Amino acid sequence: MKSGSNLEKILKAGHFAFTGEVGPPRGADVEALKKKISFLKGNVDMANVTDNQTAMVRMSSWAASLICLEQGLEPNFQMVCRDRNRLAMQSDILGAYAHGIRNMLCLSGDHQQFGDHPQAKGVFDIDSMQLLGMAKKMRDEGKFLGGADIDVAPKLFLGAAANPFAEPFEWRVHRLAKKVNAGADFIQTQCVYNMAKIREWIRQANDMGLTEKVAILPGITPMKSVGMAKYMKNKVPGMDVPDEIIKRLQGVDKKKVADEGIKIACEQIAEFKEMKGVSGVHLMAIEWEHRVPEIAERAGMLPRPEV
Amino acid sequence: MIVAERKPFDEIKGMVAGYKKVLTIGCGTCVAVCLAGGSKEVETLNAELKLNFGRDKIEFGSKTLERQCDMEFLEELDEIAGDYDAFVSMACGAGIQFLAERFPDKPVFPAVDTSFIGVNLDVGWYEEKCRACGSCVLGLTGGICPVTMCAKSLFNGPCGGTNNGSCEINKDQPCAWFKIYERLAAQGRLDQIKEISPPNDWRNQIPRKIIQPGYEERVKALG
Ligand code: SF4
Ligand code: SF4
Repeated sequence: MKSGSNLEKILKAGHFAFTGEVGPPRGADVEALKKKISFLKGNVDMANVTDNQTAMVRMSSWAASLICLEQGLEPNFQMVCRDRNRLAMQSDILGAYAHGIRNMLCLSGDHQQFGDHPQAKGVFDIDSMQLLGMAKKMRDEGKFLGGADIDVAPKLFLGAAANPFAEPFEWRVHRLAKKVNAGADFIQTQCVYNMAKIREWIRQANDMGLTEKVAILPGITPMKSVGMAKYMKNKVPGMDVPDEIIKRLQGVDKKKVADEGIKIACEQIAEFKEMKGVSGVHLMAIEWEHRVPEIAERAGMLPRPEV
Repeated sequence: MIVAERKPFDEIKGMVAGYKKVLTIGCGTCVAVCLAGGSKEVETLNAELKLNFGRDKIEFGSKTLERQCDMEFLEELDEIAGDYDAFVSMACGAGIQFLAERFPDKPVFPAVDTSFIGVNLDVGWYEEKCRACGSCVLGLTGGICPVTMCAKSLFNGPCGGTNNGSCEINKDQPCAWFKIYERLAAQGRLDQIKEISPPNDWRNQIPRKIIQPGYEERVKALG
């Protein structure tokens, strides 16, 4: 075992993993956070705790991760390269590990221009690929990036993101290979709506032998409304929403759109369960945490295995 | 070249108000080429200042040097410097500092905002190209700078926000890593970016000096 995290054990035991996501509050509202956590606890194997997502200031991801731990939900501590240099990153990794955090997701981060402090200086000292490599070096070699020895090494299960849809598509699998080589143990993808494209990407990853080295968890975000689907298609960079999805949502009674969105998500999960090279799914029910128990149930993900 | 932009008039006006004799000093090199601080811009600025302050309040002189980043040319000011009680410089930040260093008793005010190292896209139209990181990787990236042209200065891009050839920050800004991919693919050199680029050695974090080979002794003698 690299880290002994619940996610690692689930994957090692050959179970189909099911992970979720918790966005920390825009303030110190611990009760609101605990409420979100309560919807995920027991229904997912681990929850990503976002790090100043969309470049908006929120409670820090490691602090919110600790609250998850305390509440009995395994956190996946997200870290972006936008807000910390290599010194701060390494000390946060040590601190997070010291407090019992066992998973970390390494990301570039959305550009600060999108957030509530567009005048901020973006750090981007190292990129997400280099962050993965650094965390792996800390774990496996017990050394800091600068080369000095670490007294007790932080043993984290390391994740990375992938966007299988962005152009140039031919490059996507090679970039995945780079992340695997850099040290990714698991990959959570951008929200999937274009199944044809992800099938092709997974096939390429299988052919290159990558899926034997890394656990791939496609991202699932159920559409709540037609408006959300259109927004995702037109406004969110890197998102690929085929027209059929929008048509399907438009085709049902207005009151049933959210239900149809969940139905689509469940169909995707069912297909991923059978897809060679896929080890689980990552459910990002953004500001929809209270529906996670229902989605988990309807997708046949419950009960979660005890490992 | 170094590209600069003239400051808003009111900002310049605020800096010189209260002085009696002000010399506006242009630079004939980069900032002249990019139409921010050459002799023409000096005359324009002075005309605006004179009009605004009225002839008797402040007297404005003008002078444009070949380069303000060179003591040899700054020397030309030695004779007339005493006639003025403040300087306005239209050179880049380097030139302005060197001017202030030559005349340490003199208040020196910048009339331009030094913006970037860039290229001439057309007359009056410039684009940033280099952040002087000190360890150039253009050989690896097909001649496209990842530090400057990628909004996140990624060395192993593109990021997840890359948007059909555009950067996530703006549809009109090309994604540097999309372009790097295309150029290297066309040259059959993609293997270069299949390797992981290690963390960069940021050499622009402290004030830097360079002594070219062969000049060490000379520099030593100068102390
Ligand atoms: S890699 Fe560094 S030196 Fe080379 S162009 Fe980019 S910023 Fe300038
Ligand atoms: S979209 Fe391209 S240029 Fe923009 S930050 Fe991402 S990799 Fe860099």
